[in-house]
Amino acid sequence: MSFEQIKKSLLVSLWFMVLTFPIMVIRVNTIYHTVEWRWHRMFGVGISVFVLSFLWRYLMGRKEAGLKRKDRGEADILSRSQKLLHEPRFTRPAVIMAGAFIIAFPFIFSIYQTNIMITALIYVVTGLGLNIVVGLAGLLDLGYVAFYAVGAYSYALLNYHFGVGFWIALPIGGGIGMLFGILLGFPVLRLRGDYLAIVTLGFGEIIRLVLENWNAFSFGPSGIANIPRPGLFGVDFSLREATIYIYFLMIALALFTVFVVRRLQNSRIGRAWIALREDETACQAMGIDKTKTKLSAFAMGATWAGMAGVVFAAKTTFINPASFTIWESIIILCVVVLGGMGSAIGVIIGALVLILLPEYLRAFSEYRMLLFGAILVIMMVFRPGGVVSEVRQTYQFKGKGD
Amino acid sequence: MGYFLDLFLSGLTRGSIYALIALGYTMVYGIIQLINFAHGEIYMIGAFTALIVAGVLTIYGWNQMAIIFIASIVALLYSMGYGYTIEKIAYKPLRHAPRLSALISAIGMSLFLQNYVLLAQTSDFMLFPSLIPDFKFLTSFSHIARPSEFVIIISTAIVMVLLTFFIKFTKTGKAMRATAQDRQMAMLVGIDVNRVISITFIIGSATAALGGVLIASHIGQINFYMGFIAGIKAFVAAVLGGIGSMPGAVLGSLVLGWTESFFTGYVSSDYEDVFAFIFLVLILIFRPSGILGRSDTQKV
Amino acid sequence: MKPVLEVTKLTMDFGGLRALDRLDLIVQEGEIVALIGPNGAGKTTFFNCITGIYPPTKGEMFVYPNEGHPVSLKGLKPNQVTEKGLARTFQNIRLFPNMTVLENVMIGRHCRTKSGIVGAVIKDKRTRAEERKIVEDSYTILEKIGLTRYVNEFAKNLPYGAQRRLEIARALSTEPFLLLLDEPAAGMNPQETKALDALILKIRSEEKISILLIEHDMKLVMSLSDRIFVVDYGKKIAQGTPKEIQNDPAVIKAYLGEDIDA
Ligand SMILES: Nc1ncnc2c1ncn2[C@@H]1O[C@H](COP(=O)(O)OP(=O)(O)O)[C@@H](O)[C@H]1O
Ligand SMILES: [Mg+2]
Repeated sequence: MSFEQIKKSLLVSLWFMVLTFPIMVIRVNTIYHTVEWRWHRMFGVGISVFVLSFLWRYLMGRKEAGLKRKDRGEADILSRSQKLLHEPRFTRPAVIMAGAFIIAFPFIFSIYQTNIMITALIYVVTGLGLNIVVGLAGLLDLGYVAFYAVGAYSYALLNYHFGVGFWIALPIGGGIGMLFGILLGFPVLRLRGDYLAIVTLGFGEIIRLVLENWNAFSFGPSGIANIPRPGLFGVDFSLREATIYIYFLMIALALFTVFVVRRLQNSRIGRAWIALREDETACQAMGIDKTKTKLSAFAMGATWAGMAGVVFAAKTTFINPASFTIWESIIILCVVVLGGMGSAIGVIIGALVLILLPEYLRAFSEYRMLLFGAILVIMMVFRPGGVVSEVRQTYQFKGKGD
Repeated sequence: MGYFLDLFLSGLTRGSIYALIALGYTMVYGIIQLINFAHGEIYMIGAFTALIVAGVLTIYGWNQMAIIFIASIVALLYSMGYGYTIEKIAYKPLRHAPRLSALISAIGMSLFLQNYVLLAQTSDFMLFPSLIPDFKFLTSFSHIARPSEFVIIISTAIVMVLLTFFIKFTKTGKAMRATAQDRQMAMLVGIDVNRVISITFIIGSATAALGGVLIASHIGQINFYMGFIAGIKAFVAAVLGGIGSMPGAVLGSLVLGWTESFFTGYVSSDYEDVFAFIFLVLILIFRPSGILGRSDTQKV
Repeated sequence: MKPVLEVTKLTMDFGGLRALDRLDLIVQEGEIVALIGPNGAGKTTFFNCITGIYPPTKGEMFVYPNEGHPVSLKGLKPNQVTEKGLARTFQNIRLFPNMTVLENVMIGRHCRTKSGIVGAVIKDKRTRAEERKIVEDSYTILEKIGLTRYVNEFAKNLPYGAQRRLEIARALSTEPFLLLLDEPAAGMNPQETKALDALILKIRSEEKISILLIEHDMKLVMSLSDRIFVVDYGKKIAQGTPKEIQNDPAVIKAYLGEDIDA
């Protein structure tokens, strides 16, 4: 820690103390004409920025060193944690233990805890779905929650009007989600990447605003209540049993999603998605139909959002438009970005960390969205690939090679 | 006719505010091809800073003209500081990263700033003092429009003129145009591109903050969320006019302001925001280069 | 001899700039044709127009596939042009950096294969067979190009020369009858350039593919090409055999300052 660095950090923290001064320190009450000075916050800002600026510089240094290594043509060094993830000696017992824990979870913990876990699992599934769109195909979809809403409302309305049950609604919800994905995707997928982000955001908001204002169709802001929980051949469940049932159902759906995503990732279509993400022009020049490929990724993502939406409606038994704001889309995006764009395990870890941490550390929950914002920036600056980087399938050729 | 004129003026007022924000979007986009999602938040922070300063000075019994002046200046300075800092933290390290990364970083910044103000200040609406004085010469027109509407329209016009001069005739302005056209080339002829980008953020932030202060004293209340929707609409306006083009941003803003105003006045106010979004989607699909934008073929 | 590519009066305007001015060009079957000219002459733009990346302002472009009728390239999207049997490389390498070398080549097989999402998920017999074939075909191409030692490396980690060769491998895997190479030797050292020379000849003779290449390395151009087209400011200023071109006064004038003597 040289004197030069300390001076630099001092200047930075001074700058931030000045910059945050009005908003952090002063609080005026414009009705009673009182003012509150919160000087202690200024020192808080100063000290934390001082510390953070060292951390920032350290991480920057590491990042630059990594880039230089790459410039010299050395391969990326897999970090120790990455290696562990691929070491069967380690992964096998880990998977068995995790499996046992997952099965035992709802019997050990309360309904409340199980419900939180279900929520986290819903994010796992939506995260994996969005991962197809953002992580694999590189299409920034900020209106992803719209398809989730479509799924939830499909079940709620089909049930309300026609008494359709959960198990029939699940594939229908996915199908309607896909249909919406295709309908919305068709006009917008020709757009450049950043316009796509804004337009999908716009679509997400349009759908929410329509649900809010079209009372005759969606019952407006008051929403739809008494949505039945999933049944099993007409067996009547107690609340606890129903929760456990949904829990295992979500586990199954999550596993199914992982299975599908993994298979897609290393298929002809999945490779086309990734190529599209890597270089759109080259991808087209290699004979891949851009629009069709984008549309398939968009529709696949929407299908999963639709199914997750059905489960969400069944779990909460009540939905209204307030559950489907743009922030929901951004939380899901955060899950994908933190976990690792393109990596299924990464997304699972991302969802569990981001959803469970704020639930269990109450101190965090207030700062949840603030942290999510910071995570998005920090991940992009320092580790755009997420905590778990994408690993591509390798192929062995017996007796060949030089 | 009276109703029509009302709508016309309120559309012009809206459009002026959109224009002040849209300029920042368009300038930043022109130079680094990034949608600065956090731009709407600068507008919000400008309004909050003005409110805080004005509130404190009112309590200490300063006279009104002094308050207006100081609060506006401080708000502008602080917004510039925020704009500058945001660029250094969230965008500069990503100068050579894929565009998707910079865009996600921008979204994160926007989310962060909203929640920063929410946590440090309040999630409720705050009453904003009317900073705009009832100018004598304007009150005689008060049967047509509120003085604040005139002030907004006139200040926007002044800013446009100043900015046009700045871009056209100053050395920095020329450097900005050169960087927008070809960053590599600008660097080769000795333009400090980092400095130009910083200045762009600073100017864009200042105009956005001015918009924040004006709209807040016009409407009379602010909250931490005000920047988000306004930001998106200003972006719609910038795209409508042709992103990257400054006259386009102004034109697009006015068109959006008027269409919104007439739509809510004659059709329905329930779907006001839906309307803006549908408008955006339609433009992007049918004329993605906007009214004044050039259709650009990406160099391969 | 029959033509494989016939371009007449191709014109491309960028705003006020005329990058291509009524350019005519023919490539015959089995030929190696070079397109040369100073920087900014419009060579890459020519490639971009025939491969559907830019829509040309005016002009006709026809290709003559091995069997079947002549096809106009006008209005085709880049992927459709590739499907017709034209494949290209890029002047500024455009690989898929975070995909492996093999996967880069496998992408080229996309337009010659069919399996879809359902197949990918259920992995039925047909899909598995197709996937195996894609892997094998791609590996065979890597063997031909001599990149097998990098098979599972990320494309971004390859040395520069190998990246250029991978671009060629990727283009070949789309099964073209005409290969368009945009400055394939740029940035290569003399040994690599020599190997490239051999590779291009091998592609022509073994794969029966005609080649149109843009290149600045005159030694390579002169040794490889059957015919040469010279463009300057979007206009064709000369065409002919390497011998003819070397002694053409218009060409020497256009290249004044650039070394052609090599
Ligand atoms: N997308 C584009 N927009 C505008 N001008 C372009 C574009 N692509 C190429 N040009 C211009 O066309 C001319 C020819 O460029 P190019 O074909 O790349 O030349 P080269 O012969 O070196 O490959 C140059 O002046 C270049 O600036
Ligand atoms: Mg070129």
